[in-house]
Amino acid sequence: MSFDPEAVDTVDAVIVGSGPGGSTVADVLTAAGWSVVVLERGRNHLVDTEPPHERLEHFSNDEVKFLSRRFLGPDPLVEPRTFRRTGSAEEHDYVGDVNDLPATVGGGGVHADGKLPRFRPEDFAPVSASGPMPDSALADWPISYAEMEPFYGCAEWLVGVSGDNTGNPFAPWRSRPYPMPPGAPMRGALLTSKAALELGLHPYAAPTGANSAPYDGRPACRNCGHCAFYGCPIHAKGDPVAPLQKALRTGLMRLWPECFASRITSAAGRATGVDFIDPAGGSRHLAARHVVLAGGAMESPRLALLSGLEHPALGAHLMFHFQTIVTGCMPAGTDMLPMRGRSVTHAHDDSVVPDARAMMAARDAGLPWIRGGLVEYGSVAGAIGTAKIYPPGPQHRELMRSQMLGTRLWALCQQGEDMPLASNRVDLDPSVRDARGLPVVRVTHAPHRHELVAAEHAKVRLTELLERMGTDWAAGVTSPMPEAPFGGFLSPISQSKHVMGTMRMGDDPASSVTDRWGRLHALPNVLVADASPFVSSAGYGPTLTLVALALRNARALAGTSLPLPLVAAQP
Amino acid sequence: MGFLNERERRVLTAAAARLLPSGPDPATAPGANEAGVVDYVDQLLSAFDHDPPRIWAGGPYSDRAGSDTNHFLDFLPLGRLEELAWRMRLEGSRGQPEREHGGPVRGWQEVYREGLTGLGEDFTERDPQEQDSLLADHEELRLLLFEHSCEAMYGAPEYGGNRDLIGSRDIDFPGDTLPRGWTDAEVSGLPEPDRMPS
Repeated sequence: MSFDPEAVDTVDAVIVGSGPGGSTVADVLTAAGWSVVVLERGRNHLVDTEPPHERLEHFSNDEVKFLSRRFLGPDPLVEPRTFRRTGSAEEHDYVGDVNDLPATVGGGGVHADGKLPRFRPEDFAPVSASGPMPDSALADWPISYAEMEPFYGCAEWLVGVSGDNTGNPFAPWRSRPYPMPPGAPMRGALLTSKAALELGLHPYAAPTGANSAPYDGRPACRNCGHCAFYGCPIHAKGDPVAPLQKALRTGLMRLWPECFASRITSAAGRATGVDFIDPAGGSRHLAARHVVLAGGAMESPRLALLSGLEHPALGAHLMFHFQTIVTGCMPAGTDMLPMRGRSVTHAHDDSVVPDARAMMAARDAGLPWIRGGLVEYGSVAGAIGTAKIYPPGPQHRELMRSQMLGTRLWALCQQGEDMPLASNRVDLDPSVRDARGLPVVRVTHAPHRHELVAAEHAKVRLTELLERMGTDWAAGVTSPMPEAPFGGFLSPISQSKHVMGTMRMGDDPASSVTDRWGRLHALPNVLVADASPFVSSAGYGPTLTLVALALRNARALAGTSLPLPLVAAQP
Repeated sequence: MGFLNERERRVLTAAAARLLPSGPDPATAPGANEAGVVDYVDQLLSAFDHDPPRIWAGGPYSDRAGSDTNHFLDFLPLGRLEELAWRMRLEGSRGQPEREHGGPVRGWQEVYREGLTGLGEDFTERDPQEQDSLLADHEELRLLLFEHSCEAMYGAPEYGGNRDLIGSRDIDFPGDTLPRGWTDAEVSGLPEPDRMPS
């Protein structure tokens, strides 16, 4: 079943995007007997589209391929985005890579290092829990953690999450255990955890979508050290290969890579299918009873806008995680072993509940409160990436040998909660087109003062932790860095790949784009199954939450009820 | 085969020797030229002389950590848009409308050809201070060559650089560790510098 559009008449659902959201919906719908076509704009390096749908083996421990040469796409030369600061008078301040998530079969699930935390009950009701944040559009979600909880459990078993039920006092309640125990703790994470405990913090083994044991027909992780930003060569990562493989093997699903959905077609208030551009560049139409948008919180609103949908909230409330990154260098001779293991194995969540010092920092800044987010313990240790940081010249080799930014470097990164603002948004750039001739995503973004204050506070706290570890020096930066020039790692464009919130869900069609079941108010047979419907960003990576939402909403669509037949069986 | 001519190879070699120089004894203090930076750059600039083009090495394993076969040697084919993007990046837009949707693109081939010409025929004979000053005057070339020198120094040898792993060995960087990987004890434990995949 390669690309065979002639063999397809009207399908039950066309799913735009094959990442964690789209592949989850494909699994649910094919299990319910629906016929499905998945359109993926990128290449397929994950799973053979021909039976028996074996896993492909294109990924590797290759820094040139993944980090220097953009193997997972998209390539900004042919698929650029544009960016401008909120309030900029320009059409755009920058053209190029704007927070690109992989454009490839499996989407963001492929390059993620697989930390898969749940949101907390308070994260679904941030205003009720903490009170409003002035000058923001922070709001409660129309659904609660209690409604989500069974689907979180299902998502963890579908993806395959290794975790510890007891290690984190800030973790929300759960009705079922993780399917696997945590994997091997990284040496640097152990050293950080020891110092964190001494400071009264609560380090724990982060829930991670990397197999600590053979799971669901996939092998255990071999600790190769190439996790974040790489595809897993042995498919031990909970990338969406498992749900895609299952869906393909029902015989009900077609996976069409290199196909770009350019318009949702509709008649009489219902979607009738999508126009798309095929791998050869030809224009086609696919008729479908339902359309599922799963291209991520930038490409999904883009498709809605390309389709002529209009709503004041469409594209608005764009959220990233506001990252505070504090790096430090351990004394000469120390080896943090950053290139062994899963990139990140440990974290602490203490800053998601403001303590007395955080509340004082908030009060000093005139804010009612500040919240941080998950703090991950890791490094940035690729050899090429490190080499490019040092200046060229005779001292370069000795700097590399010193391992100052290599095996001695350690980094703490807080994924800070980002306030939703009506002015932070995605729309169509007025002049820039992609290689297909379509207007590209334009991002307009500037952080709320909450993020800036929370980040300054986090810098202090995380620096204390690195100093406790005994680093020679520690230095903090944020991403985005609103005043920095464009083009580098530190720039007004966030490096966080956690993108949320451009098609906010709510019960009121006047103020929200999607309803509490993820359907467009305007076209109720269109389901949005990525992080676009998120109302707030919490301080946790969005993937597990969007998978759980996709499970819940796809089951509602298909009429499949609990108990959940989709749980992967332990072999 | 190849993009660079002999004169360009000589000038590039001399320029790379200023960016990532070797020490007095190149065997114990290697620089970009010991790693093969000229071959790395030339393989990249002439990637489309080969089918599949030499842009992305294959997977899942090299033969450096327990695999009998080196899958990296089987380069992967590019899709339609990927080929367009890499031709734009290497060859430039050359005034072709289908390569200019975001404005004209200057290709790396052009950057190298013009930059190396600009350094002058006698660049190789100049003293180091003059070379540095000429390189500073050719910033576009200098920046690109530095990026590529770092990749040639520490990247997978299948791309033409890091000859005999001379760069990664110099900093004990493990590179490809699969299929062997690391044991749980090695992930958490003390460093064992002698356990470099070879």
